[in-house]
Amino acid sequence: MSTDTAVGPADREVRQTHRVVIRFAGDSGDGMQLTGDRFTSEAAAFGNDLATLPNFPAEIRAPAGTLPGVSSFQLHFADYDILTPGDRPDVLVAMNPAALKANIEDLPHGGMLIVNTDEFTKRNLAKVGYEANPLEDDSLEPYTVHEVAMATLTRGALEPTGMSKKDAERAKNMFALGLLSWMYHRGTDATEAFLREKFAKKPDLAEANILAFRAGWNYGETTESFAVTYEVAPARLAEGTYRQITGNLALAYGVIAAGQQSGLPVFLGTYPITPASDVLHELSKHKGFGVTTFQAEDEIAGIGAALGASFGGSLGVTSTSGPGVALKSETIGLAVALELPLLILDVQRGGPSTGLPTKTEQADLLQAMYGRNGEAPVPIIAPQSPSDCFDAALDAVRMALTYRTPVFVLSDGAIANGSEPWRIPEVSDLPDLSVTFATEANAPDGSGEFWPYLRDADTLARPWAIPGTPGLEHRIGGLEKADGRGTISYDPDNHDRMVRLRQAKIDGIPVPDISVDDPHGDAEVLVIGWGSSYGPIGAACRRVRAAGLSVAQAHLRHLNPMPANLGDVLRSYRRVVVPEMNLGQLAMLLRARFLVDAHSYTKVAGLPFQAEELAGVLTDAVKGDLPA
Amino acid sequence: MTSSTTPAVELGKPPFGGGLDLVPTTDEAQKAKDYTSDQEVRWCPGCGDYAVLASVRGFLPELNLKRENIVFVSGIGCSSRFPYYLDTYGMHSIHGRAPTIATGLAVTRPDLSVWVVTGDGDALSIGGNHLIHALRRNMNITILLFNNRIYGLTKGQYSPTSEVGKVTKSTPMGSVDAPFNPVSLALGAEATFVGRALDSDRKGLTEVLRQAAAHRGASLVEIFQDCPIFNDGSFDVLRKGDDVAERLIKLVDGEPIRFGNDGEYGVVRSASGGLEVAKIADVGEDAVVVHRAGEEDPTQSFALSRLSDQDLTHTVTGIFRKVDRPTYDDGARAQVEAAKEQATARGDDLDALLRGKDTWAVMPEPENEQ
Repeated sequence: MSTDTAVGPADREVRQTHRVVIRFAGDSGDGMQLTGDRFTSEAAAFGNDLATLPNFPAEIRAPAGTLPGVSSFQLHFADYDILTPGDRPDVLVAMNPAALKANIEDLPHGGMLIVNTDEFTKRNLAKVGYEANPLEDDSLEPYTVHEVAMATLTRGALEPTGMSKKDAERAKNMFALGLLSWMYHRGTDATEAFLREKFAKKPDLAEANILAFRAGWNYGETTESFAVTYEVAPARLAEGTYRQITGNLALAYGVIAAGQQSGLPVFLGTYPITPASDVLHELSKHKGFGVTTFQAEDEIAGIGAALGASFGGSLGVTSTSGPGVALKSETIGLAVALELPLLILDVQRGGPSTGLPTKTEQADLLQAMYGRNGEAPVPIIAPQSPSDCFDAALDAVRMALTYRTPVFVLSDGAIANGSEPWRIPEVSDLPDLSVTFATEANAPDGSGEFWPYLRDADTLARPWAIPGTPGLEHRIGGLEKADGRGTISYDPDNHDRMVRLRQAKIDGIPVPDISVDDPHGDAEVLVIGWGSSYGPIGAACRRVRAAGLSVAQAHLRHLNPMPANLGDVLRSYRRVVVPEMNLGQLAMLLRARFLVDAHSYTKVAGLPFQAEELAGVLTDAVKGDLPA
Repeated sequence: MTSSTTPAVELGKPPFGGGLDLVPTTDEAQKAKDYTSDQEVRWCPGCGDYAVLASVRGFLPELNLKRENIVFVSGIGCSSRFPYYLDTYGMHSIHGRAPTIATGLAVTRPDLSVWVVTGDGDALSIGGNHLIHALRRNMNITILLFNNRIYGLTKGQYSPTSEVGKVTKSTPMGSVDAPFNPVSLALGAEATFVGRALDSDRKGLTEVLRQAAAHRGASLVEIFQDCPIFNDGSFDVLRKGDDVAERLIKLVDGEPIRFGNDGEYGVVRSASGGLEVAKIADVGEDAVVVHRAGEEDPTQSFALSRLSDQDLTHTVTGIFRKVDRPTYDDGARAQVEAAKEQATARGDDLDALLRGKDTWAVMPEPENEQ
């Protein structure tokens, strides 16, 4: 925590600090995600820049009080623009012994630890293998520990409501939120309004949560155990109107916006899968924008229905994660052959197989790139942050509609659930995505026939003739088609031509040149990443530069096709480092395509990179200490 | 969020209307030739698909639909080449998945007449899951299931409707695989329309197709047909010989179920609670069961489907079941339309959506600030 000390108005010291990382950790049933979300909203409303990292188990309710059941939410907020949810917390709130044990190693010495002592019973300690109570021995000595009997205090606060003890204790997460809100000078009105709305149908519950929240706030105010409170001023972000947004919400909004901007009805065909289901949940709320959502019997049916809708002139969309992409592969290949628009949202998670459903990874790149039979090129766009998912979805739809092709958006668990401030775009600034359906025969021989595979000379896209259009009746399918006429063709030369045409169509999609951030202009090392690792890589570069070293950063948004200048950029640096949350998939592509000796740095721990570790890697690279 | 069984939008009440009510019609007279594409038909000589194609081409003109509003979607297999030979919109998709494509089309385009052409392998093996869910949802589509009880396109392996003991390339010692009864399966999957016809029975097939097309909801039509190359004569006992009339039971809605050369047999209730065949002379006219395709309870229709064993001793054709139930596509569209009306009334727009409830403004930085 970098801090400037100031004298507070009262006897309590108020410290100005530029940035804080808080981690709420508790049992899966303790409401840590809600607590974190709510504090995030407070930080956002206050005008801080922020980034969040929810981290929860795949089990909905693992046995209470056990290590597998620990759920946490990390929030980084600051008075300047930040790039990551933070490597380590400055403040750890541990609601039980399991949460303490699972998270304490991440708390730097000197960090603040707020513990709910009520859960530190013999039985709960034994559950997680604590032989002695860490609150009673000296193991927590390196930290500033605040022991708070949150359950007891919450129960006491809720006594007048006549609620059962058990029910009353459930509100202890709001007590914790209240305490933290006080400590960081956050108002109470917005949270109280939020709770009233959330529990509108159960006013008793709303009042109980508000009582707990106020009790936490008042506890900070009245007890003397907290000598210092902290202020984090609003961040000076670019001028505009902001809101907080997660990646999945931004993807859903991008799809809705694409429907509005194209004038097409949106059809989402999908199957629930972590961590992509929130896209379905969100879109299903917005039917008023002409969005139809179809929860299919499986992943295959989801994309099949989406492709059917595209054939009929809708904007077909499917959302999934890695295992779902595997199931959808054959249909994606069909979409490549049919040359129809289709948006595929892949929110990546840890693999292989079921892997780590709730944890992040970027290991679907090669699956998206090559995971189909035959030569079946598909454009790929990877958003770099939660808010960027909005632009990525719009960009992908533009490509799909213009080039009549399926397009992948590769998000991942980290940005899907993580949130940050988003400068809300003006609707008038959004791109026009309107399309023209074919209405007339097009045969070049003047026969009056309709040739479904006669391509546009510029884009190589074929006409989109939807059922209901008289005179353009035609049949398409997965069998190879004659160039132009579109009838079944087994002709060898025709197949060779069609394979190359489909490839050329995708290769020819114009994408912006990749830009390089090299403030001093003298860097010899380039770090290049893709997707959600933008934040940690950027933060690492700041650290390296702050230490007086030069490093250049580039980030690949378009993975297929790649920017035209990419080869030149890569070749102009002495050393290229490629950090990825996989075993080097982009590095392999870059080496194969551009013959550069890219150094792959990889980690597949289910969590985003830490800026600190990447800074170490980049420092080594700059100093020439990287292992070969 | 907890679940609730109270729909926010009424999903439709009887009368449900016909399957083609929203499809535009034409006054122009149509002929079978109008539905014939310029593609050369490439099935094997003697294939039952030819007869079905001829029946469909002959039948479509009587619907008076605009040809451009008809779509045939197929999967993979011999029968799935069907769309290429019809001059309508069509898609030859991938193995087993035609019902999924048709689902997306049917939901988004109520103005289309959507047909699925599939086979016993395509629909019941690789695509079994999609078939049962399309039926359960009651999508407004018509599914023609060509059942030749063999894999033809892959050159002669047993299929999920092949008889136990069938010797094929992949079962040289005979199949040990228990078959599906497609009509029983469809009824079990909550199908609202189930029919069956023999490829060579043009009149019977056309009548089932006519009613299937008119039905609002998912219609499944099983069509028995021969594969002359790999399963030749599979249904011959229903086509020729002296006992055809004693094997074929043609259902007529509202009529007692009688068959035989002189109508001497009837279907009666069995002691087990199902149905069985009896000589009317033995049981009396009053014991003969009356067919009611519109009965909500599918029990009798199901029992009828069980009369046909793989040996085709008593093969029931016609319409087993035809009942009204809300369709998924009508319900989904009703929700979208209701939501659109509410959104218009509220004045919702994209800008308001993107802004949400909690925003904050960042002002331009004052000049001269360090």
